[in-house]
Amino acid sequence: MTAPDLSADVVVIGAGGAGMYAAIEAVRCGARQVLLLDRSLIGRGGATVMAQMTVAAATPDRHGDNAEHHLRDTLAAGRGLCDPRLAALLCEAGVECILEMDAWKVGWARDGTALRKVQAPGHDRPRCVYVDVLNTGPAVSKALRAQVQRVPEIRRIGDLLVTDILVEDGEAAGVVGLDIPRGCAVTIAAPAVIIATGGLTRLYARNSASANMGGDGYGLALRAGAELQDMEFVQFFPIGHLAPRLIGMDPIMWDPFRYKLGGRLLNARGEDFLARHDSAEQSGRYTTTRDVATQSILEEVAAGRGSPSGGAWLSFRHVPEAKLREAFGPVIDRLAANGIDLTRQDVEVTPIAHYHMGGIRATPRMETAVPGLFAAGEAVGGANGANRLSGNAITEALAFGREAGRSAAARAASVPSRTALGSAAAARDLVEAQGRPGGNPAAAVEALQQVMTRDVGPMRASSGLARAEAELAAMAAALDEAPPGVPAPHDMARIDWFDLRQCLPVAQAVVQAALARTESRGAHQRTDHAETDPTWQVNQVQRLAGGALALAKVAA
Amino acid sequence: MTGTATLLIQRGAAGEAPREERFDVPFAPGQSVLDGLRWIRAHADASLAIRYACINANACKECMLLVDGRTVYACTTRLEAREMRLRPLANKPLVRDLVTLIAPPDERL
Repeated sequence: MTAPDLSADVVVIGAGGAGMYAAIEAVRCGARQVLLLDRSLIGRGGATVMAQMTVAAATPDRHGDNAEHHLRDTLAAGRGLCDPRLAALLCEAGVECILEMDAWKVGWARDGTALRKVQAPGHDRPRCVYVDVLNTGPAVSKALRAQVQRVPEIRRIGDLLVTDILVEDGEAAGVVGLDIPRGCAVTIAAPAVIIATGGLTRLYARNSASANMGGDGYGLALRAGAELQDMEFVQFFPIGHLAPRLIGMDPIMWDPFRYKLGGRLLNARGEDFLARHDSAEQSGRYTTTRDVATQSILEEVAAGRGSPSGGAWLSFRHVPEAKLREAFGPVIDRLAANGIDLTRQDVEVTPIAHYHMGGIRATPRMETAVPGLFAAGEAVGGANGANRLSGNAITEALAFGREAGRSAAARAASVPSRTALGSAAAARDLVEAQGRPGGNPAAAVEALQQVMTRDVGPMRASSGLARAEAELAAMAAALDEAPPGVPAPHDMARIDWFDLRQCLPVAQAVVQAALARTESRGAHQRTDHAETDPTWQVNQVQRLAGGALALAKVAA
Repeated sequence: MTGTATLLIQRGAAGEAPREERFDVPFAPGQSVLDGLRWIRAHADASLAIRYACINANACKECMLLVDGRTVYACTTRLEAREMRLRPLANKPLVRDLVTLIAPPDERL
């Protein structure tokens, strides 16, 4: 038995939007001690801080919006696969969270006293609030950080990589992690654990999220006995920046430009091609949903009509300079520092991994299949089905974080923290194990990204998926039993090893689900099964059984 | 157009005598110093300690270091076809190589 180094009512893994909201809410609901953990800095390392603009919320407004309208659009975008209970939670609780963020002085843009809203693709009316200019994510993170810091019951611990969820008698009992600056193991006891680690976009070579978003929360959940669902649905952001190379700019920066200025997406012949793929598209407006836009660009490239670097041209040359500057003044200067003048030149864009619709299977109370283990934010699968609407991610993070905080506090009120943990020794031993030196786990991470990018992108076929399946199996077999070398301060090679251990089965889950789904739907496009098949209106659920991934279909 | 950048990097953990190691990094114009550091980890020496989360957006603010004596972010500093000397921040406790303890004291173990 291991005595824990730390104990808490609630442990939150991941200090992005979902994790910070969960921690705040858990204390409001009675938790006396909450540990808010992050492998990086608190409130800086996840996806929230990188959000560029839109946050969808049907707050009362002159457009007559309400949560039912938002829900209808969310379900339509999800192509029949949303869990309507989770989608409803997003749309309903999201409104309250967005208004609470306003009270926390996040700084939503305003028209007079009203929140200013833009209309994003797939929404039936202007519904997305934002903070100017390209500052939504940093402002949301900052406001939440300020609130978290005011709550003495929340202890914030960064640079701590959680490597295992502890499960005792079938229930979550705490976590073991790697204290990165020291290189040693840490054991934490808690009757309620919330996974708020975001998605898996780092599995792809080109992505819009941070290096922390490698699906490690899914790996933690799987090995703890929880289920995953909809893993085949990885959202690609259609107009990620491709060329020329920019520094200090988020690759999804063109999103707000399109909201404010329209912009035109052109192929190598200068044709505005989206209208050919989407009858609803109006030239120069931003109306095509992400799945259709991604598919359209990739089809142009496949037909030999791509831009020189293998994407599409995005043009704002028809927009007067004064209008550009009015909308994006400081950003125009940063672009000039990168040698780009939008009044004279187009830029190249391409679909990049952006968000994961799939994730941990959870109830509307954010409970997983393991009592005491909860999930929150992008780590939860199901709310967005086969395709997520623009603007739903931050809303989901906040709404699901709040709900997970409530549920975790309720659990902690009835279940005491354990004073001794029987399952901790093996996990601790692994963190401090001495492995074979050598090898290059950083190269192995890149090799994994190449496989996923080549064969498991938005367009898939059985041949490529089977190849990926074989290569991932070989990588998993080649992974050593222990992290390389000996425990040391900030040892990146050992961290990479833990990431590979965590994300290889997650990548395999994506491939298994993508191979099984012999149809095309939303973000999952099979070139060998191009049609949407009504009999496939089912969710695929995966769990570990005897060390192997088991897949089942359940009615959506 | 491509070239080679030479990164002269301070190595060593806290309490060890710092040593300088030299890495030749291939690059195309437009890349960042962080791109060079990530290339080193994947192709030359995975044990090089650096820290970053957001890669290119300058949002996480983790990759701050000294390049030729100037405090900069590795993600917004351009890699150049010359020798560039990389040091950890001088005003923060050293952890290892280019990594310093940058988390606020009340946000770490």
